[in-house]
Amino acid sequence: MRPILLQEPDPDHFAGHERSLTQIKFNREGDLLFTCSKDSIINVWYAHNGERLGTYDGHNGTVWTIDVDSSSRFLVSGSADNTMRLWSVETGKCLFFWEFPTAVKRVAFNEEDDQVVCITEQRMGHQGAVRVFEINRDGDGTNQSKEPISMFNPVGSKAVVCAFAHTNDLIITGHESGKVSLFDAKSGEEVQLNEHAHRDTVTDLQLAPDRSYFITSSKDKTARIHETRTLTVLKTFVTETPLNSAAIAPGKPYILLGGGQDAMSVTTTSLRQGKFETRFWHKVLEEEVGRVKGHFGPVNTIAVSPKGDCYASGGEDGFVRVHHFDETYFRAKPYGDLEIED
Amino acid sequence: MASNGVNGAFHDDEEIDYSDIEAKYQVEYDESFDNILVVDGVPIIDKAKLEKLLQKIAKDFSRKGCPIKPDNITVPWNDAAGKSKGYLFMEFSNADDAARALLTMNGHAFDAKHTFLINRFTDFERYLNVDETYHEPAPEEYKAKEHLRAWLGDPQGRDQYATYRGDDVEVHWHGKPSQCEVAYSKPNWTDLYVSWSPMGTFMATLHRQGVRLWGGTSWEPQQRFAHPLVKLIDFSPNEQYVVTWSFDPIVVREGAEQGPQYFSPEDEGNNIAVWDIRTGHLLRTFPSAYAEGGEEKKQMPWPALKWSPDDKFVGRVTPGQQISVYELPGMHLQGKKSIKIEGVVDFEWRPMGDKDREDMEKENKAAANGTPIKSKKAWENMLAYWTPEVQNQPARVTLSSFPSREILRQKNLFNVTECKLYWQNQGDFLCVKVDRHTKTKKSIFCNLEIFRVREKDYPVEIVELKDTVTDFSWEPKGERFALVSSSDPNLGNPGPGITIKTDVSFYQLDRTKGDFKPLKTLPARTSNTVRWSPRGRHVVLATVGSSSKSELEFWDLDFTADETRREGAPWGTGIQHLGTADHYALTDAEWDPSGRYLATSASAWRHTLENGYAIWDFRGQELEKHILDRFKQFLWRPRPPTLLTKEQQRQIRRNLKEYSRVFDEEDAAEESNVSAELIAHRKRLVDEWNAWRVRCKEEVAEERRKSGKKSEPAKEKAVEEKEEIELWIDEVIEQIEEEIVE
Repeated sequence: MRPILLQEPDPDHFAGHERSLTQIKFNREGDLLFTCSKDSIINVWYAHNGERLGTYDGHNGTVWTIDVDSSSRFLVSGSADNTMRLWSVETGKCLFFWEFPTAVKRVAFNEEDDQVVCITEQRMGHQGAVRVFEINRDGDGTNQSKEPISMFNPVGSKAVVCAFAHTNDLIITGHESGKVSLFDAKSGEEVQLNEHAHRDTVTDLQLAPDRSYFITSSKDKTARIHETRTLTVLKTFVTETPLNSAAIAPGKPYILLGGGQDAMSVTTTSLRQGKFETRFWHKVLEEEVGRVKGHFGPVNTIAVSPKGDCYASGGEDGFVRVHHFDETYFRAKPYGDLEIED
Repeated sequence: MASNGVNGAFHDDEEIDYSDIEAKYQVEYDESFDNILVVDGVPIIDKAKLEKLLQKIAKDFSRKGCPIKPDNITVPWNDAAGKSKGYLFMEFSNADDAARALLTMNGHAFDAKHTFLINRFTDFERYLNVDETYHEPAPEEYKAKEHLRAWLGDPQGRDQYATYRGDDVEVHWHGKPSQCEVAYSKPNWTDLYVSWSPMGTFMATLHRQGVRLWGGTSWEPQQRFAHPLVKLIDFSPNEQYVVTWSFDPIVVREGAEQGPQYFSPEDEGNNIAVWDIRTGHLLRTFPSAYAEGGEEKKQMPWPALKWSPDDKFVGRVTPGQQISVYELPGMHLQGKKSIKIEGVVDFEWRPMGDKDREDMEKENKAAANGTPIKSKKAWENMLAYWTPEVQNQPARVTLSSFPSREILRQKNLFNVTECKLYWQNQGDFLCVKVDRHTKTKKSIFCNLEIFRVREKDYPVEIVELKDTVTDFSWEPKGERFALVSSSDPNLGNPGPGITIKTDVSFYQLDRTKGDFKPLKTLPARTSNTVRWSPRGRHVVLATVGSSSKSELEFWDLDFTADETRREGAPWGTGIQHLGTADHYALTDAEWDPSGRYLATSASAWRHTLENGYAIWDFRGQELEKHILDRFKQFLWRPRPPTLLTKEQQRQIRRNLKEYSRVFDEEDAAEESNVSAELIAHRKRLVDEWNAWRVRCKEEVAEERRKSGKKSEPAKEKAVEEKEEIELWIDEVIEQIEEEIVE
């Protein structure tokens, strides 16, 4: 099926995103798509036709990260304006905001939607910090506590991505040095670590639906699947380009990888040289299955619908491309009749 | 004794034993007579002429670079006769000087009657003491050498190729997917690059110290040529000789090793050296010749020395003056004089055809049997050269036989800017690509002057073209050629991002008329390189060295025709496009010696984008592709000409079906083998994964039960109801308003 470009047809009117995308998220039903970008706007779109439903206005700087809860009620976002905001998905109203000394690089809900973890950047004399907040789901959501229920500063290389692990008292972090760690959410103690999970910055971390394994992508041109409990590397996917994002396709044994030359060196390389394709790899066999072209710049973020019927990629070029899988994607068995457990 | 010792202790020098120190620091006086030479063959004179003789001898020695003073020459005297004894002693300052004098002056012709014979003084004693009884020398133990062409005996008939990446040189076997393997690899094998000899027997590596040749199955060093800072290398066609070039002129250091394998002081200042491969001996050196008025910055024309196809002669052009041809193995100027040609720019030897080679071999065999059959006409080498327009003289292309130096054919040309000589590889045709300018000298167009060398009187045919021809190539062993022409205004102004538009045309000899006619023209391409398969018929057009285009086009020129039908087929119908491929930023394309595969490579010497190599079959299907950082060089190992006779080859072709059945079976067996292995591997991976997932799911369920959470969300999902949406669409297709007039 033809991909949908998330962009308003009228060029005078404000169109989609004006700057590079930073993160994309589907809601749990896979019908809504949330995108955020460096132009400080968060958009929500209908996934099936690419029509824009609305925006969440309020941030005054690059929106680095978003996450939506499983009931599509609350949206949480983190931005370079040093705030983390809680939005009502339905009305687009900002319900609450937390202010920090530095920019917020990553936010994530837990499975029960009652906690949010966020990473703030290490800058201007402030240490990088991981904070966990309680979300009060009663009422209209404006009544939130300013104080985190826990906070800790990971020492050593700074953390860049994070998520709740299989239980709420463990947080997975990916670090600039390529380290992947498990922290105790309350004490901030490093419970488990894999110092050399990657050889360069970890750029993305996405969990499997049951949180028993997760995938990381890195600038070292590889993506890896780790077991959440032990942080053992299960699978490694070696590509020839720095990776910015990795996602797990539900229902099919594939993973999606996106990346490309650094934004800095893009102008000096040709489109072909940039390798701005989304790559499909077989999750278990570690073989590349296919590629989807389209972006004019590096792919910054990829998300697959929890239903497994479509995926979206956001690029440095400011475009979000939503691809619905063809019938053949579901029918094709490129590796014969191998039954693979999801 | 009134001396006060230090700290009250008294030393008595006499008592200390210094003998060990003395022994250690003893200056060793050279007491041998190594620096004394005995010179024999000196004229016998009387006293009156002594001084004059000594001065003359000293002068002769000094001129050759071995200065000696008359005072250091001792002349033994026959007092009874009052005459000298005909020999004398020379004392040099050291043994090295003496050795050099011995080397250079031994055999020196002093005058018409007298030739110097020089020996070391010490040798006399040594030879006097030689034991007179004969000892039979112990025979050297026989060591089997490796066969230098062992790779041809590969049971699978695979070809080899060499790759040079980073500091590593690797030799690979190329065959079916499962048979591709590294035959040999060695880090830091070369300092500059590697090169195969023309028949693939040797691999040459270039180092600071010189060239080294390697060969055999274990890649033992076979030969070396000490040419310091060597940059370029060229083999003779039959692998008997090698030519090396270094930008830096040869310098012979004081006390450098001397001998037939090393440079002697006479070679100083030269750049080009010719070597014998079998013995490793240096044959001769030359200075580099640059075109007239050319600066040193100009690129070195290479090969600087051109070999005749039988390795008997090597020629060298002195631009504007002459062609000098040297006879091997002595490397003496043939006929003791060069061929003087006013204004000569370039020349080419005519290649030897397979048939000529066969005839020659037959003749040689007959001669060896002692029954010399004089065949109709013995093979004689042929030279083609051209001279540009000078004043009122037209430009001229000449065919000349060699060594008889008979001019066979001359052709005058006008308004010539530049000529290029292209021989077809069998020596059947010579194409002279003439770049011509109009009277105003503004625009350049092109003529092809094709000499049909096998025919009587060497008829010339002219193909006129309007555009500039950028590349020309003959089909090997064929009667066709391909040319790349362009009328692009950007031609000649290369710039970043400019890809020049070109047309590619094929021409073929029309047997009925005996002239060349166009077969097909492919307009509006970007291809700038034509690569014929070494067996002819297949050809690849490539866009090389462009940053935006990198297309490869595979063509077959005899697609419809079997050999039998070729004659009758309509003109130009056999040409067929087989496939198109793309190798980003390729810099080189090369066919394997069998003409079945094409290798393309992107070398880090040119740029650093996606370096690596790919191998394609003749239809343009990619077989292998390797993207490797710092990849530099890809070279197929050439093969020597086949040993099978024409008849045997025909036999094989006739029974091809028989043979191919065997190979097909092998292929099928292998394929199933490979896929079985792969399937098993995949199955194992999947089984491991599934087992892990099952375990994982149990753990997750367990944990959830413990923490008293709701059951798995996955189950929940399954229960989820499907929502049915009914959509009613009202669409007005057409509205017609009708007025009804009553």
